[in-house]
Amino acid sequence: MKHKSLVSIDDYTKDDYLKIIEKAAHFEKNPVQNILNGKVIATLFFEPSTRTRLSFESAVNKLGGKIIGFTDAASSSVQKGESLKDTIKTVANYSDLIVMRHPVEGSARYASEVSNVPVVNAGDGANQHPTQTLLDLYSIYKTQGTLENLNIFMVGDLKYGRTVHSLLMAMSHFNPTFNFISPEFLKMPKEYKLFLDSKGIKYYEHEDFTEYIKEADIVYMTRVQKERFSDPIEYEKVKDVYILRNEMLKGTKENLKVLHPLPRVNEINVDVDDNPKAYYFEQALNGVYTRQAIIATILDL
Amino acid sequence: MNSDKKELRVNAIKNGTVIDHIPAQDLFKVIKILGLQNITNTMTLGNNLESKTHGHKGIIKISELFFEDDDINRIALAAPNAKLNIIKDYVVVEKRQVQVPDKVVGIAKCVNPKCVTNFEDNITTKFTVVDKENIALKCHYCEKITNKENLRLQ
Repeated sequence: MKHKSLVSIDDYTKDDYLKIIEKAAHFEKNPVQNILNGKVIATLFFEPSTRTRLSFESAVNKLGGKIIGFTDAASSSVQKGESLKDTIKTVANYSDLIVMRHPVEGSARYASEVSNVPVVNAGDGANQHPTQTLLDLYSIYKTQGTLENLNIFMVGDLKYGRTVHSLLMAMSHFNPTFNFISPEFLKMPKEYKLFLDSKGIKYYEHEDFTEYIKEADIVYMTRVQKERFSDPIEYEKVKDVYILRNEMLKGTKENLKVLHPLPRVNEINVDVDDNPKAYYFEQALNGVYTRQAIIATILDL
Repeated sequence: MNSDKKELRVNAIKNGTVIDHIPAQDLFKVIKILGLQNITNTMTLGNNLESKTHGHKGIIKISELFFEDDDINRIALAAPNAKLNIIKDYVVVEKRQVQVPDKVVGIAKCVNPKCVTNFEDNITTKFTVVDKENIALKCHYCEKITNKENLRLQ
């Protein structure tokens, strides 16, 4: 690995992705091990993210590590006006690895530069959330048996959704075909389409669900957030267009899986949950194994 | 005759550097980037001069000061077409064109209000230049792009 810390999905190569996937599969078989015995992992959550924090803490606990940290900035010295640098330098003295969630973009890169111990970015504002992307890769690999030559549909807010951007970058190593479904003003940004063009990767853009979904191997759903709309009428008009319902999965491929980074609001109807093609809850469980793999890899265990 | 006049202006210093073809509105940015406000060398500044090719331009003449490439390329963000004349004994001994560098460290401000460099004190900004022609800088921290239109100096 080029970097000890994991800040951005670009810090890892294709080879690194495959190594993490291999290791995650190993931890899935043996999730309880004592390899973190005597290690202290700091989880610094400057903004609350219960789901991500519990996933990391579950991963550490199953490997026999101890956890220190805080769950939101209000209960930390940030409240007293301490700088990020001082917080990180102090916590680095007490721990072997820092997992950090922070609302400010680029804070994780900065923390990795001032810290003496590796930093794992658990989300820095709208910028990066690489452990989410790695667990998405693991979920795709596990359900499809490969990452190569897949047809991936991304649905919802493709403009601001950092998970879809990172997943697009990571999957670009594996010759995918992309289909983007979003309202006009939440389309995939031009910079990502130019990137796909430069790599000769095919993509198609749609404004609603169509018959094309029958070609999908993966449908990656995201939330269309009400706050993104300046006009509430506009939101009311589009909000129901991007809801996946069970009947829409009729005639789709056997191997199709529906993924969602969660939390969902209404974009996947609950009648999908019992369909074997619904995979979002297993996807969350895969997050624990993937985070075990990431921590073990970074600490050379 | 015209070129003679220009020569006269350039040759007005004995030894030093003339930075020509600075966009008039960016002269003071260039001064700030080079830190000229802090040096005691004899210096002549001209601004809003007629330029045949660039509308109105600024010019800086500094005695007894010669720049390294790395230093002078720092002004490329504000004055990509600037030209340098190196003067020795009243004669132009070398002409140089400013080159846009690959990395920009500690000069520009990130346009993203949510970027850590705009929150935490004492972080030196770092950018990779992703488009040299139109000036587009990718922030090393938040990974957002700052364009020429929204470029501010730190």
